[in-house]
Amino acid sequence: MTGLTTAGPRAPRARSRLFDPRVLLGVLVVAALLVASLFVGVYDVLGSADGWQMFLITRVPRTIALVLAGAAMAMSGLVMQLLTQNRFVEPTTTGTTEWAGLGLLATMIAFPNPPLLVRMVGAVLFAFLGTMVFFAFLRRVTLRSSLIVPLVGIMLGAVVGSISTFVALQTNTLQSLGVWFAGSFVGAIEGQYEVLWIVALVVIAIFLVADRLTVAGLGEDIATNVGLNYHRIVMLGTGLIAIATGVVTVVVGNLPFLGLIVPNIVSMLRGDDLRSNLPWVALLGIGVVTACDILARTIIMPFEVPVSLILGIVGAAVFIGLLLRQRRRGSR
Amino acid sequence: MIQLSKVLKRYSSEVSIGPVDLEIPSGGITALVGPNGAGKSTMLTMIGRLLGMDEGSITIAGYDVASTKSRDLATIVSILRQENHFITRLTVRQLVGFGRFPYSQGRLNRDDEAIISRYIDFLDLRELETRYLDELSGGQRQRAYVAMVLCQETDYVLLDEPLNNLDIAHSVTMMRHLRAAAAEFDRTIIVVLHDINFAAAYADYICAMKDGAIAEFGPPSAIMRDGVLSTLFNTDITVIPGPNGRPVAIYF
Repeated sequence: MTGLTTAGPRAPRARSRLFDPRVLLGVLVVAALLVASLFVGVYDVLGSADGWQMFLITRVPRTIALVLAGAAMAMSGLVMQLLTQNRFVEPTTTGTTEWAGLGLLATMIAFPNPPLLVRMVGAVLFAFLGTMVFFAFLRRVTLRSSLIVPLVGIMLGAVVGSISTFVALQTNTLQSLGVWFAGSFVGAIEGQYEVLWIVALVVIAIFLVADRLTVAGLGEDIATNVGLNYHRIVMLGTGLIAIATGVVTVVVGNLPFLGLIVPNIVSMLRGDDLRSNLPWVALLGIGVVTACDILARTIIMPFEVPVSLILGIVGAAVFIGLLLRQRRRGSR
Repeated sequence: MIQLSKVLKRYSSEVSIGPVDLEIPSGGITALVGPNGAGKSTMLTMIGRLLGMDEGSITIAGYDVASTKSRDLATIVSILRQENHFITRLTVRQLVGFGRFPYSQGRLNRDDEAIISRYIDFLDLRELETRYLDELSGGQRQRAYVAMVLCQETDYVLLDEPLNNLDIAHSVTMMRHLRAAAAEFDRTIIVVLHDINFAAAYADYICAMKDGAIAEFGPPSAIMRDGVLSTLFNTDITVIPGPNGRPVAIYF
């Protein structure tokens, strides 16, 4: 046992590079999907006289919205999984989305016809508050088995969702509640989608603090041991999740399971070096939501179904697959 | 040197740990032993600032644990708890690399990589460094965690029951590694042990705790006595001379 040998070839480094040529391949595939998204729709943008105009007003914003929402929600799911140390949480299984919805409703009641920005602030604030409630709850329950945690989240979300429904019934806003609960990119047109650019900042911020988030994912003890201020990073992560969820909820609505299935698939294939995984999580998030949206647009053409419907079906199937796989590998 | 003065932790009106006054000298291995519930782990986690104390103060190499910035403490003392479970799928090398976090904040440079390699080799993990932690046996995984805290290159290393769940061969290997780390890298290692014979064989000092207080502190020769051990563990214990001159406690 020699203590100090460093000679000899050592292939792996403790961390992989952020950039990997294979990412380019992924970018190409996703780009192809996005181009497809630009040209899929009832309106014939190539043949009509005002096709170009329609293209710019609806198709381009919709595709940009897909990119932003897909990347942000997938990455929020990943951050949430690190902070709770649980693979089965994401904004829609922890009640964060429902809280954002309640926030949206609250602003609609408090201010008649609130501007988009006000609605957004309401949604973000409530999403932050709700996520902190969930985390606080988690700290108190000792039973942190991997399935109890999302169950608690789903129950919490259901309670908040019913409060929203009750309030909406009382205030005659049930219909608008239904519209956004069914997440859809129909509303992502020029003049409506622009606030989504805010989530681009969230995506960048997650890249910047990736290392600290990874250490936080090893738990409070190890994080504290290496000198990280654990509670500060939890607050920061929660803030980022809340902004992404709040903004996406206001513009697009509910995108179930996206943050759950994407990080899990990436981690299954590549292990968990967060920094080098992030581009993949973003890409796969964009890819999945775009593919689902194209399907949603074409399946009952000339009408379309909410993308949340497709995502719900696909996501639930993958979720069950993940659960069974975990059980086989000796559930932990 | 680690100095505890009037350290107290209250769990409820009946159950409390302390007040403890203790001085742990620098260098070598100090073993914390005692019956279940004596407060060994509590004491260790308070020294490692993972648990706050209700009264008193702890200083490590002159730094006050409560007031020194956590980030600075991370270069002076490292602590490994008993249960380490996380969902992140990491390779051994990635895990050990986190030991460099206090210096690199996650951006490992070439020096960091060399240091990581050194401790991976030191704990005989070279063959395993690209394997994922969930593919390892308990003994191998424990070695990887210890490699991580050694990689932090702190003068003081605190380990909470590192032999837990290890078989005899792995326990012996682990203690030999710790002995070597104390000697080769000049570390002060404080370790909670369950088996008094392991403590007697490998520790320079034994700190015996009972009912939240320090019962005895001294070299193994002072602790390994019939009367001292029998009182400590509430069981009849006979100490006999073992092979190569080390005392062995017999308790059945």
